[in-house]
Amino acid sequence: MKAIEVKNVSFAYDREDVICDVSFSVEQGTYTTIIGHNGSGKSTVAKLIIGLLEARTGEILVEDYPLNLENLYTIRDKVGIVFQNPDNQFIGSTVRDDIAFGLENHCVDHDRMDPLIEEFSEKVGMQEYLNSEPTKLSGGQKQRVAIAGVLAMSPDILIFDESTSMLDPQGKAEINALIQQIHEEKNLTIVSITHDIEEVAASDHVIVLNKGKVALDGTPEEVLNKEKTLYELQLDIPFSLKWKHALEKEGITVKETLDVKGMVDELCRLRSKK
Amino acid sequence: MPITFKEVSYEYSANTPFAYLALDEINLKLADGKMTAIVGATGSGKSTLVQHLNALLIPTRGELEVADRKIVANQKNKGLKELRHQVGLVFQFPEYQLFEETIVKDVAFGPQNFGISENEATEIAKKAIRTVGLDDSYFEKSPLELSGGQKRRVAIAGILAMNPSVLVLDEPTAGLDPQGAKEMMALFRKLNTEDRKTVLIVTHDMEHVLNYCDDVVVVEKGHILMHVDKQTFFEDTSCLERAKINPPAVIRLRKLLQQQGFDIPNTILDLPTLAKLVRKEVAK
Repeated sequence: MKAIEVKNVSFAYDREDVICDVSFSVEQGTYTTIIGHNGSGKSTVAKLIIGLLEARTGEILVEDYPLNLENLYTIRDKVGIVFQNPDNQFIGSTVRDDIAFGLENHCVDHDRMDPLIEEFSEKVGMQEYLNSEPTKLSGGQKQRVAIAGVLAMSPDILIFDESTSMLDPQGKAEINALIQQIHEEKNLTIVSITHDIEEVAASDHVIVLNKGKVALDGTPEEVLNKEKTLYELQLDIPFSLKWKHALEKEGITVKETLDVKGMVDELCRLRSKK
Repeated sequence: MPITFKEVSYEYSANTPFAYLALDEINLKLADGKMTAIVGATGSGKSTLVQHLNALLIPTRGELEVADRKIVANQKNKGLKELRHQVGLVFQFPEYQLFEETIVKDVAFGPQNFGISENEATEIAKKAIRTVGLDDSYFEKSPLELSGGQKRRVAIAGILAMNPSVLVLDEPTAGLDPQGAKEMMALFRKLNTEDRKTVLIVTHDMEHVLNYCDDVVVVEKGHILMHVDKQTFFEDTSCLERAKINPPAVIRLRKLLQQQGFDIPNTILDLPTLAKLVRKEVAK
């Protein structure tokens, strides 16, 4: 089944379309990445999928439910989103309150709330901080709480809108590992809007947006090998491909494209043949 | 004149139960005309350190010299306005500070504040906006309708419009797309090499340190852990290990090749040379 289908969607904040006739789909259980430079429409697409913005034309389906007023809350139960700025999404005065906020909105009984809060704060490694105030937390910890908050709603699909871009390298690595863990354990569909080309290389499916249109759509192998297009779109290529090219310039050809370790192994084999 | 910190300490909420020593007797000398990266973990004191450079923070103890001014703890320091003219400080997420109706007005605010006429300030602003890579069509737009990366450029243009001799940037590329980040780093490098500005950049991005900076200062728990040139910092991974920093991809690759027995000296920091050395061993 398709987790998300976006069909011929256009959207304008005022006169000009910032999303023009965009179509793509996300298969259930996959880790999909969306890339594109600042202003390409990535975040707008995320907001359209969760119904924070309304498309001008076209259709969006989430697990076959068409996104409309009638289904809006059914869909919001299925899709959780974590935004970029850890400070803009912390609502409660403590970690416990913050996770409870979403549950209250979903009319979860008070008796059921505490075990849920315990469970999900533990999942993200924040159980020791339940009574901490947000000012005492690092950016990475705040993002963990945001993730616990959406996980507690037991969504099928999680959207991360540049959720690690404001974090330091350690915070980034921790959150990326957590996302990967959630994806594997619960078989959740992950849609990650990112600038991290190495995260893209490790994903199942990549969608490249440019000026509000889908520029490329496919597996990382397919998309990242279209270097000319990526270059034109001012997007980076993974380090592994840069290394492959540096070797090609020296007349050495390796088969591997996305795995640096694999390339070094190939080089070792080439050396032993010498 | 180099920038010198002499035994500088800074304590937040000094003399209260919440007192927190963020800098502990720091000594540091930064030569003119260099582009220096300030690196270290979150909470190590990097931002506190750089906020001393235009006297936003005054040392609790010790003194520093920057742009021919001396800033001494526990004294009424004079000439801070001129100092702030000389030292341009760009905060983290400066786009939150945009406020004017149009981009030109926003950028012209700084120079006007330093006594330049409106007309002249407008011309300076236009030049600064072009310098950060935005074309003339942006002049009359509202800064609030721009994307995050474009706002960041406007905020940086606002500092450039004051033509400071020292440029201090606190994580200037966080949240920008890779291309935008590269363009910004190239711009800072150009301001450094062509306009001879001393540039200090607080960053977590080791690729940027490797590709654009001259020197590296590592801050750890309010102390200067090391102050070395880039080559030394990346040559031998012991510096990176001491600083608890994950090396950039090219250094990881170098290490991997060395482990597999390829004869590659530690001095190599770039892909083309790595590939050349590998060819020597695999080609006929």
